[in-house]
Amino acid sequence: MAQGQIAPGIVSGRLSSDELTSNFTDLHPPLASHEAAVAADRCYFCYDAPCVTACPTDIDIPLFMRQIQAGQPEAAGETILAQNILGGMCARVCPTETLCEEACVRETAEGQPVEIGRLQRYATDSVMVGGDHPFERSAPTGKTVAVIGAGPAGLACAHRLAMLGHDVVIHESRPKPGGLNEYGIAAYKSTNDFAQAEVDWLLKIGGISIETGSVLGEGISLEGLVESYDAVFLSIGLAGVNALRSQGADLDGVRHAVDFISDVRQASDLSNLPVGRNVVVIGGGMTAVDAAVKSKLLGAEHVTIAYRRGRDAMGASRYEQDLASSHGVKIMTNVQPVAVHGNGAAVEIELEYTSSHDGQLSGTGEMIRVPADQVLKAIGQKLDGAPEALKLDGNKIAVTGAGRTSMDGVWAGGDCAAGGEDLTVTAVAEGRDAAMDIHATLVS
Amino acid sequence: MADLTTNFLGISSPNPYWLASAPPTDKEYNVRRAFEAGWGGVVWKTLGSEGPPVVNVNGPRYGAIYGADRRLLGLNNIELITDRPLEVNLEEMARVKADYPDRALIASIMVPCEEEAWKAILPRVEETGADGIELNFGCPHGMSERGMGSAVGQVPEYIEMVTRWCKQYYGRPVIVKLTPNITDIRKPAEAARNGGADAVSLINTINSITSVNLDTFSPEPSIDGKGSHGGYCGPAVKPIALSMVSEISRAEATHGLPISGIGGVTTWRDAAEFMALGCGTVQVCTAAMTYGFKIIDELTAGLSKWMDEKGYKDVSEIVGLAVPNVTDWQYLNLNYVAKAKIDQDQCIKCGRCYAACEDTSHQAISMSDDRVFEVMDDECVACNLCVDVCPVDGCISMVPMAAGEVDPRTGREVQPEYANWTTHPNNPMAKAAE
Repeated sequence: MAQGQIAPGIVSGRLSSDELTSNFTDLHPPLASHEAAVAADRCYFCYDAPCVTACPTDIDIPLFMRQIQAGQPEAAGETILAQNILGGMCARVCPTETLCEEACVRETAEGQPVEIGRLQRYATDSVMVGGDHPFERSAPTGKTVAVIGAGPAGLACAHRLAMLGHDVVIHESRPKPGGLNEYGIAAYKSTNDFAQAEVDWLLKIGGISIETGSVLGEGISLEGLVESYDAVFLSIGLAGVNALRSQGADLDGVRHAVDFISDVRQASDLSNLPVGRNVVVIGGGMTAVDAAVKSKLLGAEHVTIAYRRGRDAMGASRYEQDLASSHGVKIMTNVQPVAVHGNGAAVEIELEYTSSHDGQLSGTGEMIRVPADQVLKAIGQKLDGAPEALKLDGNKIAVTGAGRTSMDGVWAGGDCAAGGEDLTVTAVAEGRDAAMDIHATLVS
Repeated sequence: MADLTTNFLGISSPNPYWLASAPPTDKEYNVRRAFEAGWGGVVWKTLGSEGPPVVNVNGPRYGAIYGADRRLLGLNNIELITDRPLEVNLEEMARVKADYPDRALIASIMVPCEEEAWKAILPRVEETGADGIELNFGCPHGMSERGMGSAVGQVPEYIEMVTRWCKQYYGRPVIVKLTPNITDIRKPAEAARNGGADAVSLINTINSITSVNLDTFSPEPSIDGKGSHGGYCGPAVKPIALSMVSEISRAEATHGLPISGIGGVTTWRDAAEFMALGCGTVQVCTAAMTYGFKIIDELTAGLSKWMDEKGYKDVSEIVGLAVPNVTDWQYLNLNYVAKAKIDQDQCIKCGRCYAACEDTSHQAISMSDDRVFEVMDDECVACNLCVDVCPVDGCISMVPMAAGEVDPRTGREVQPEYANWTTHPNNPMAKAAE
């Protein structure tokens, strides 16, 4: 018997298995072929298309739309994957509403862009469902490259290098490859263990080996890697999380949103996953929305996102905000956490209203208390464990050109590198482009 | 509401929409449904001679061309004339006509090109009380291989001969249905008139293969791995039909000959266009086959509403209104100069006009870094391609230049008077303007 939404505290099994299964199915079900043909037909085949310009990986969107229209979704998929080897995941998780679909002229014309994301999924799925890998390796170069981190940037870099004839060894600290595709990202966007299936499909190119549990700074060092490999690509992501400096931040029930999300992604049985009755998520980015929506889908009665600035400043797009609202998440803006109250375990959170003057945020002194047996901190991730030899740019690894770090023979990309938005698609582009630069360097 | 009552050759119908001789009019059941739905008339599915009826294939009879979302744009048909006995058809026609005296009921006929054959069938058709006959000289598939249908329609002498027999042995109006599978539609129309036809109807279907199956390499529709050309109809053929109708309307030899227009009539607007080019009635088939008989509600309401807006009281007022404006190319006004104009407020910056003009036309549209597209008047020949490819209706328009303005493309002043090719200095055959 399900516990129900109003069971107090942090408990598992609030909803029945059927409810959980239904809640965690695809947010957007895949398009059927006729739907896809009709949706693709809406593409105007723009000249020098704005959607391509808006895509960090420069996918030739009008071309793949035309290939769908012309009855060859697999060809459309290859067009996508040639630019973005993780095009399948990007189709699911890209904030298309702020990228290609925002740029679509039909968004301008009628507020209804071509459904580029869903069509990209249709096309890439049709390639992957067949299981064939459409890319082949060039003749072996005899060079071997180390890639640190099997997230989107690392995988994209490794695949491109392998395609160009190099051998690649990926060192991954976690038990499974995929990075945030596997451990982050909303579960309702990547169902049926798609992340692992995509990695398996990607590795079919050959020439890539993955060593999991291999942690930079523990078993391996950057100096050692530079010594043993022809080049090194760092894609270590942002492993650290920002701390919440509030009274009561150490109470039971207060934890990092990324850990919560990872638990959801890795759960073999969602009904064993505990969630609070009253969940408050601190933060305003995609992680905050993902954690809040997941809490709601797991059966929390009240879920609140508390963000210290206004709506426009939120990292989550308006689409994501609406997604949260439509799931019953309450979004409070201009409030900052002051204290978590409770005797051993969190019971409520005290928030202070804020106002902003010339970009400077300050508390107004007015307080509000919100019941909170679970507090999820989504206040940002930070670079953790970067080799000291590398120059930083702000809090990230400094890079020039296509990901060249301050150290010869070492490139970096993805969230750990400075520049670009912290998006899967940006990471893929950076990994791919670094691979091209590494290749040019190695064969010159 | 404008009255749509139509009088065509003395045959009255409550509206100008007749169902064409085709599968929808093959039997009493369908025709009664059509009349109940409100159709003005039907041309009954083509009758053949007495005796064993023709047989149809037992595989697909139709093939289709689709637009987006499987909107049917063109239909191809290899069905023959009625495959039911003559007597059955005649009995049914008589019953239906008796029950619907206010509707037009026309008998379509196709029998061999022999006087006896026509002499035999015509009195029997007359007995049914049908309002007139339509001679099927158009069917391009199957029957034409047996010397009938378009095989007759392609020989003006045969048309004239058979028409004359019909006028001799039949007392009611004779309509000759023409095939478009011919180089000059005016010739068979003229032959029909010479034979005494009361009207022509056109177009019949166009020889066509809708597609080729790339696995079996059979044309579609495919019957056991083989295909045969069929008759093409539906929205795709409307422009061809309009042109042929206009040729007959304006040719000296056939001007004034009543026409029943056929070919892709799908909405009220199509009907109004056919009528403006000289048709007294229109015949519909594919639209009814695609959507069912209920479309008649839109067809009648739409035409009536448009007539009200324009102040026309009677359908006869609109017949032929566009005919005086159909001319030969040589008489088009070469002093008329227009320029494309892009409404920047409506532009959605897709760049299709740019691609079309830059790649395939006159390099007359510029594109800025921030995707502003502008017409360069000094290059624009007003070809209209940008208008045609623009996805936003009304965004690009062709604006005529006023007399006295200088066309930046030619550097010449726009002349107020009309002047055409026949007097143009570049024309070696030009007659000196006097």
